[in-house]
Amino acid sequence: MDDITRFLPELIVLVTAGLVVLVDLFVPDKRVLPWLTLLGLAVSAGWTVGLIVAGGQGRAFGDMLRVDAFSLFFLFLFQAVAAVVVLSAIDFVGQMPDRQGEFYALVLTVATGAMLLSGANDLIMIFISLELTSISQYALAGFMRDSRSSEAGLKYLLLGAVSTATLLYGMALLFGLTGTTALPGIATALHSASDNLRPAYLLAATLLAAGFGFKMAIFPFQMWVPDVYEGAPTPVSAYLSVASKAAAFAIVLRIFFEALGDSRISSEWANLFAVLAAISMTLGNVVAIQQRNIKRLFGYSSVAQAGNFLVGIAAVSASSGRFTIGASGVLFFVAAYAFTNLGAFLAIIAISDAIGSENIADYAGLGRRAPWLAAILAFCLVSLTGLPPTAGFFAKVYIFNAAIQAKFVWLVVIAVLNTLVSAVYYLGVLRVMYLGESKAEGRVRAGLPISFGMAVSALGVLVFGVAPGPLLTAAQKAADVFAVH
Amino acid sequence: MSGVGPVSAFYVLAVLSIGSALMVMAARSIIHAVLFLVLFFVSLAAMFVLLSADFVAVAQLLVYAGAIGVLVVFAILLTPSREQRGMETKFVGPGLLAGAVVAGTVIFIAFNTNWPTASNDFPSTVDAIGQALLNRWALPFEIASVLLIAAMIGAIVIVGGRGVDLDPGAAGPSARLVRRER
Repeated sequence: MDDITRFLPELIVLVTAGLVVLVDLFVPDKRVLPWLTLLGLAVSAGWTVGLIVAGGQGRAFGDMLRVDAFSLFFLFLFQAVAAVVVLSAIDFVGQMPDRQGEFYALVLTVATGAMLLSGANDLIMIFISLELTSISQYALAGFMRDSRSSEAGLKYLLLGAVSTATLLYGMALLFGLTGTTALPGIATALHSASDNLRPAYLLAATLLAAGFGFKMAIFPFQMWVPDVYEGAPTPVSAYLSVASKAAAFAIVLRIFFEALGDSRISSEWANLFAVLAAISMTLGNVVAIQQRNIKRLFGYSSVAQAGNFLVGIAAVSASSGRFTIGASGVLFFVAAYAFTNLGAFLAIIAISDAIGSENIADYAGLGRRAPWLAAILAFCLVSLTGLPPTAGFFAKVYIFNAAIQAKFVWLVVIAVLNTLVSAVYYLGVLRVMYLGESKAEGRVRAGLPISFGMAVSALGVLVFGVAPGPLLTAAQKAADVFAVH
Repeated sequence: MSGVGPVSAFYVLAVLSIGSALMVMAARSIIHAVLFLVLFFVSLAAMFVLLSADFVAVAQLLVYAGAIGVLVVFAILLTPSREQRGMETKFVGPGLLAGAVVAGTVIFIAFNTNWPTASNDFPSTVDAIGQALLNRWALPFEIASVLLIAAMIGAIVIVGGRGVDLDPGAAGPSARLVRRER
């Protein structure tokens, strides 16, 4: 019985996905579908709260799934992200009456996969859940019937298949070395392995980093990001930029800190991630400056932000004595980034739908034409830059502090310089919106559901920026799951 | 693995599988590439037999050599423009270099590691796999079915309602019928 109750948050989302497809078949009024989807996510979140209140932490289905502070943190995050994406997609999906059910069902299967991934405790479970999110996302990216969307879907699918192969190679090596697929078992085997096996462990870790690097959208696996973000429907781009990235970082934290966290190889992969972080940040920011299309700009911006997350993962130096400070920084940053990026993307959806353009130049004069939309986008851009009083500011301070404690001073210097570079294009959009001469006139308005989603996201950015305490505590508690080493 | 028979079989199969995998990339005609791919799948299946993984060998034959091979052939035959456009790329040199570096690293590490080996022989793996799927790995097994449904929904969404490009001349009644069905 415990198995099912601990698995119920995922199961509820899954059942809702099935219900949405069925209701889509028999109910002529498709407007119920998004609300049914939201109801399912709300019930799932409610059950998750119940799990916490009832102290339901533990393992489910043998060792396949774990319910701990770490997975609970991500369960809430994925439920919230999926709900905001559904709110943002109501107008977009409403234009395609014949395929509404499929869209919401795929959004829910992505969420299920991501939720399972945050609690997965076994390589096979990790692989299946990762594929569940990925395959649903390939379909979502190619959802529209134009050539841009098809190109995005196909590109994502082909490169994703290559990354999956790399990942499987790493997992197979790890299984060959340890004889088990369970993460705790791998950790034990690594701890007592002979020195002769160390290069093979490092090869496995590198292959895993490469496989997950595609999902995290870090250098050198970032080529697909701008094309897919630009071609995919904008609500899907928002979903990809947040859910896919958060899920990938969740599982990277789980595998590298739990299974490969032994000090015999941790400093090697920490250095690898530090170098990748520096290159990802610099590359993403420098290329983002040259972008004219707002979705491509956010594509490169998300590569740069992934570099910031990696700083936290690299900060796992055994010498610092505080193994988990970097991990809690990553968790705080991922949550702050999720709210910020969703708020920005929702504002972009509303603006681009109204003015019919995704070019930054056409955003001129929006400060007058759409004061609220422009204000929310501006606020989120300020948070992405990392200025107070936003969540992005605390996220950066916290993660840089972790890196300094881990003696990665050079990395922090690069990261701070990159923050300055990123200010050029983030605040450049602000300049266009508020100081640019508008070519068109007339107010720009957004629908009610998407406005609600925007308000929730912006409120999150503000609250976590003014009072980061509760989120910080939650992040630390979640990261303490790995503190046993 | 010991004895002259299995060891020589291993080397024959290794040459066969690596050779056919290389030919998949070197073949000029895409149909030839697919046939080499099927040959690669078959030699891999034989390799699994050699490792006494009978169930995986049969699954490899049925699913990959059989179903996937036929599927790829059909996909190529049904693709409207299947000329060799886009097969030339200026990334051949860097690609070969990167591949050589990766292969070199893997080979070096593979030869310098004392790999743990499984001690016992498996009489039949079918029982063990069945037990594992329905006991320890029951949850991933079930989620795999969800994965397949999601993939199916995704495929229907992407393909459904999108007419295949028929040539403009084909506007007869049968072409219209095809269009309406899609």
